[in-house]
Amino acid sequence: MKRATTALAVAMSVLGALAAAVWWLGVRTPAPGLSAAATDGPVEVLARGAYLARVGNCVGCHTRRGGEPLAGGRAIETPFGAVYAGNLTPDIQTGIGAWSADDFWHALHHGRSRDGRLLAPAFPYTSTTRITRADADTLYAWLMSQPPVVQANRAHALRWPFGTQAALAVWRALYFRAGEQAAEPAQSAEWNRGAYLAQGVAHCDECHGARNALGALQAGAAGGSVLAGPNWYVPSLRASAEAGLADWPDAEIAALLKTGWSGRGHASGPMAEVVLRSTQHLNDVDLRAMAVYLKSLSAAEQPASPARETSAGAATARSRRGAQLYRDHCERCHGERGEGVPGAYPALAGNRAVVMAQTTNLVQSVLHGGFAPATAGNPRPFGMPPFVLVLNDADIAAVLSHVRTAWGNAASEVSELDVHKVRAASSR
Amino acid sequence: MIPAMRTLRASGLLALAAVVGVALAAPRFEDSMAQRLLACTACHGEQGRAGPDGYYPRLAGKPAGYLYHQLLNFRDGRRHYGLMTGMVDPLSDAYLMDIARHFAALELPYPAPPPASAPPALLHRGAVLARQGDAARGVPACIQCHGVRLTGVAPDIPGLLGLPRDYLNAQLGAWQTGERRAHAPDCMAQIARRMDAADVSAVAAWLAAQPVPVPSGPTATMPAPPPGATRWRCGSAPAVQAAGERP
Repeated sequence: MKRATTALAVAMSVLGALAAAVWWLGVRTPAPGLSAAATDGPVEVLARGAYLARVGNCVGCHTRRGGEPLAGGRAIETPFGAVYAGNLTPDIQTGIGAWSADDFWHALHHGRSRDGRLLAPAFPYTSTTRITRADADTLYAWLMSQPPVVQANRAHALRWPFGTQAALAVWRALYFRAGEQAAEPAQSAEWNRGAYLAQGVAHCDECHGARNALGALQAGAAGGSVLAGPNWYVPSLRASAEAGLADWPDAEIAALLKTGWSGRGHASGPMAEVVLRSTQHLNDVDLRAMAVYLKSLSAAEQPASPARETSAGAATARSRRGAQLYRDHCERCHGERGEGVPGAYPALAGNRAVVMAQTTNLVQSVLHGGFAPATAGNPRPFGMPPFVLVLNDADIAAVLSHVRTAWGNAASEVSELDVHKVRAASSR
Repeated sequence: MIPAMRTLRASGLLALAAVVGVALAAPRFEDSMAQRLLACTACHGEQGRAGPDGYYPRLAGKPAGYLYHQLLNFRDGRRHYGLMTGMVDPLSDAYLMDIARHFAALELPYPAPPPASAPPALLHRGAVLARQGDAARGVPACIQCHGVRLTGVAPDIPGLLGLPRDYLNAQLGAWQTGERRAHAPDCMAQIARRMDAADVSAVAAWLAAQPVPVPSGPTATMPAPPPGATRWRCGSAPAVQAAGERP
């Protein structure tokens, strides 16, 4: 009896200590900021702030479709519900007009709002914590120079308990540590600049990184992740079978980020928006730095081709159907041998995006078609028609299976169910 | 057989062979706007002549400003059709204008309209609405803004002929519910809300049954407003709005 009481007391005090730790990690007052930014600084400061805001694509999430820039209201879909981006314009009542440079820094660096509330990590403070105080102040100065817009913030629609302060405190205790980017002395200055941009300002890992069941990024893990809202698979930058860039020439990496198009692949889906609003605006020095860093994330060796699920060469009714559909609908642009047209239509033969194990994006492309982003470097891209109203699930599965197994491609076939899942999710 | 006839027959065979050859060979890639916009014509019909199912509207020959505004409306959430929004999302204003100009510049003959199946009384009501409007309810005649020939007014106001009845019904309904919007002031939303379901059905039936005149392009100027009426000022037609503001 006495033993049980002691055990209970120990358990209670352990729990109490844990709760205290969680509380302290969530609410501890951060060290005071190093400097306060001048709100109406010189032209160069505003230009640098505008540049950083573009690299970080603040406008992308903080603007609803057709809405005033930066006034918030766009829903960021997560597996736990929708988070609505806030009003970043300097309106006093509904925006961040009453915020000081310190308040803004606390949000970027500690993930806390002006009133001390813990922010939902859909606001990517797990990445923006790496941003230097000087850059945060520059961003703040630029934001304060934008026209104020009166638009009240919309409450998040997160399922219980994910939006509660207690849940956020626990999540942060487990998965978030504030801290500016530390330089890697073993790497070049160029690599370090690229790492700072990619991991901090541009927050690439927020989409490209692998996440656990609670939505926390898994540092260095090679998996990609599926974006909950648009239902696109974001390939991993650390896997050579996905978006790893180890064997890409620097110029091709830079071309993809700058123009949305390269000889090795092009930006589509959510990445088209990233290129359109963010990476096409990178200056040449930063573009090269980012290429150097991204290239270092994956190993150069090619993975073994995934085994075919069907016996090679055996023409089935389905494979004949797939080949016929290809001739009828795809060959005109993608070519008899899947060779594509340089600068206009991607080659399908030997295309990593075509043979990737995850087929969501392939199905998306065939269902909904679309354009590469219209950038300064590729101002009038060629388009792919949508087939959502033309081909049924079985047809799309057949033609994609053909494309994944023809001309030396040796990937698994696509099932009708694979197509159905994407079609059903996008018609919700 | 006289030699001339033989020559004729031979050249006819040659011509036939040439036609078959063209039809059989896969179209070659060309660096053109038409090639870039195969994504559009897949639904909107070859060269943008209108879709085969009678729903996807014609693009060819519509005023460039009108087409441009529709592309912006889809991108910025004033019109709602997921496929269209996805298409235009990653495109720049400059490219959207190029696309609008490409389709606006196409001069293609219209097919004859399908025979009108609506009752004569309904068609008569439609004709009255289109030509005279309904002053009692504040509904202007279609021709007041869309041109006396109803082929539109350059650069922003579309023609109303050569459109499927289903499409016209759906669009007027969408204006009424707010599903379709334009830049403010949103004239068509105001006008559509003054019409009832019978009016919408009547004017859609009559418009869809009219042949498209030749030439089918938009006219350069807007007709004068009827006596006692003022010209509508619409956000979707900024050129007219500016002209109307002149003293």
